Amino acid sequence: MISFDPGLIIWTTIIFTLLLVVLKKFAWKPILNAVDERNKSIEEALKSADKAKEEMALLNADNERILAEAKTERDKLLKEAREIKEGIIGEARNKADKEAEQIINSAKKQIANEKMKAITELKNTVAALSIDIAEKVLKRELTEKVSQEKFIAEELKKTELN
Amino acid sequence: MKKAIQSLIFTFILISIPGQSISADKEMSSEEAFNPTPYILHHIADSYEWHLWGNVSIPLPVILYTEGNWDVFMSSEFHHGKSKVIRGDRVYKIDHHHIVEENNKKFTNLSITKNVASMLFSSLLLFLIVFKASRAYSRKKTAPKGIQSFLEPVILFVRDDIIKSNIGPKYEKYTMFLLTVFFFILINNLLGLTPGAANVTGNISVTFVLSIFTFIIITISANKGYWKHLVKPPGTPLALLPIMIPIEIFGVFTKPFALMIRLFANITAGHIIIFSLISLIFVASNNGVNAIAGWSVAPISVAFVLFIFLIEILVAFLQAYIFTLLSAVFIGLAVKEEDH
Repeated sequence: MISFDPGLIIWTTIIFTLLLVVLKKFAWKPILNAVDERNKSIEEALKSADKAKEEMALLNADNERILAEAKTERDKLLKEAREIKEGIIGEARNKADKEAEQIINSAKKQIANEKMKAITELKNTVAALSIDIAEKVLKRELTEKVSQEKFIAEELKKTELN
Repeated sequence: MKKAIQSLIFTFILISIPGQSISADKEMSSEEAFNPTPYILHHIADSYEWHLWGNVSIPLPVILYTEGNWDVFMSSEFHHGKSKVIRGDRVYKIDHHHIVEENNKKFTNLSITKNVASMLFSSLLLFLIVFKASRAYSRKKTAPKGIQSFLEPVILFVRDDIIKSNIGPKYEKYTMFLLTVFFFILINNLLGLTPGAANVTGNISVTFVLSIFTFIIITISANKGYWKHLVKPPGTPLALLPIMIPIEIFGVFTKPFALMIRLFANITAGHIIIFSLISLIFVASNNGVNAIAGWSVAPISVAFVLFIFLIEILVAFLQAYIFTLLSAVFIGLAVKEEDH
C-alpha cells in the first residue's frame, strides 16, 4: 500500500494527462469562456438597463413638458375660439343693426317717396278739382254774382283746408 | 481533528503492517481471535481483480511486458492466486498480492488494476458530467440549471478564490491543471467512499503522480527570484547560509512531498477508521462466537461509522480543496514578482 507501484504511476500519468487535455478542450475552456462572456453581458445589460432608466426619466420629463404645452395650447385655442365667437356674434349683431337701419332708412325713403307721390297726385287732383270748380264757377257766374262770390270763398276755404 | 486522525492512522499503519499483511492469506479458524488488519489492508490496497462481495469479483486485465513479450490475460486466470499463469517460458503467480515471475525475469507491470479501472471510470464519469454542463453553455444563454448550477459555483470558486487569489495576475496558464486536479481528486475521493469502490486517492502512487505534476509545473514556471531565493535567501546572515541553503533546497522537495502524503494519508485514514469501526463488531463477537456481544456493539459501531462517513464526505471536498490550494500557493510563490 505504501510502496510505489510503477504500473499504477504510469497509468495515473496517462489517465490524468488525457483527462487534463480533454477537460481543457471540452470543459474548462468553454465553461469559463461562457461564464466570462455571460458576466460581461450581464454587466452590459445592467448598464444598458440603467441607461434605459435614465432615458425613461428624461422621456417622462419630456412627456410632462409636452403635456403642459398641450394644455396651454388648448387653453389658448379655447380662448381664441371664444374671442372669435364673440367677434362673429358682435359683427353679426352690428351687421344686423346696420341692415335693419338700412331697411328702416329705405322704408322711410319709400314712405317719403310715396308721400310725395301722394301729395303730387293730390295737388294734381286739387288742380283738376280747381279747374273743375272754376269751370263750375264760371258757368254759375253767368247766373248769380253774389252767390258766386260766396261759393268761390267757400270753395277756396275748402281747398285750403285740404 | 484532522491531524489527530492522521496521527492515529499513521500509528495504526506502523503497528499493524509488519507481519500482519503476511498473514493476510491465511484462512482463519473460528478459534482464533478475529484479526481485522488483513481485511482492512485488503480493502484499501490495490488489486488485480475488483472484489465486490463474498466470492464475487470482476476480473481485470493483466498486462505484463517481459523481455520483449506482451503478456495480456484476465486476472481470473490466477483463480484468486491459487494457480499460475504460463505464457511461453514465463510463469506468473501471485505472491502476497503481487505478481511475480518464477524464473526471476524482469517485467513491467502495466495491468489494469482495480485502481486503474476505477480511475478510468471516474475520469470518464467526470468528463461526462463536466462535458454535459459545458454543452449547456453553448446552447442557449439561460440561467444555469441542473448539473450546471452545481458545477458553476465550484468551478468559479476554484478559479477565483483558489487559483486567482493565490497565483496572481499570471494565473490563467495554471487554471486548466488546477481545475482538473481539483475535480480529479474530488470525484475519486467521493467514489472511493461508495461501497466496493477502489481507494484511488488513498494510494500513494496516485498522489505521487499528482504531486509530481505540481512539482514539474512549479519548477518549469519558476522565475529568477525563486531560484535566487534558494541559493541566496534574502536577509540571511552569511554565517547562516550553510544551514539555510540546504533547508531551502530541501523545501523544494518537501512541498510536493507534503502534498503527496497529506492526500494519501487523509483518504486512507478515513477508510481505515470506517473499516476498523465495522471490524469492532466482529472483534467483539470474536468472529461469531459471541453473537450477543457482536449485536450489542453493532449499533454503537454503526453510529460511529455513520459519523465518520459524514466527516469523510467533508474530507473528500476538503482534501481536494487543500491539494489545489497548496498547489496554487506553491505555484504562486514560484511565479510572483519580487517586490523587494
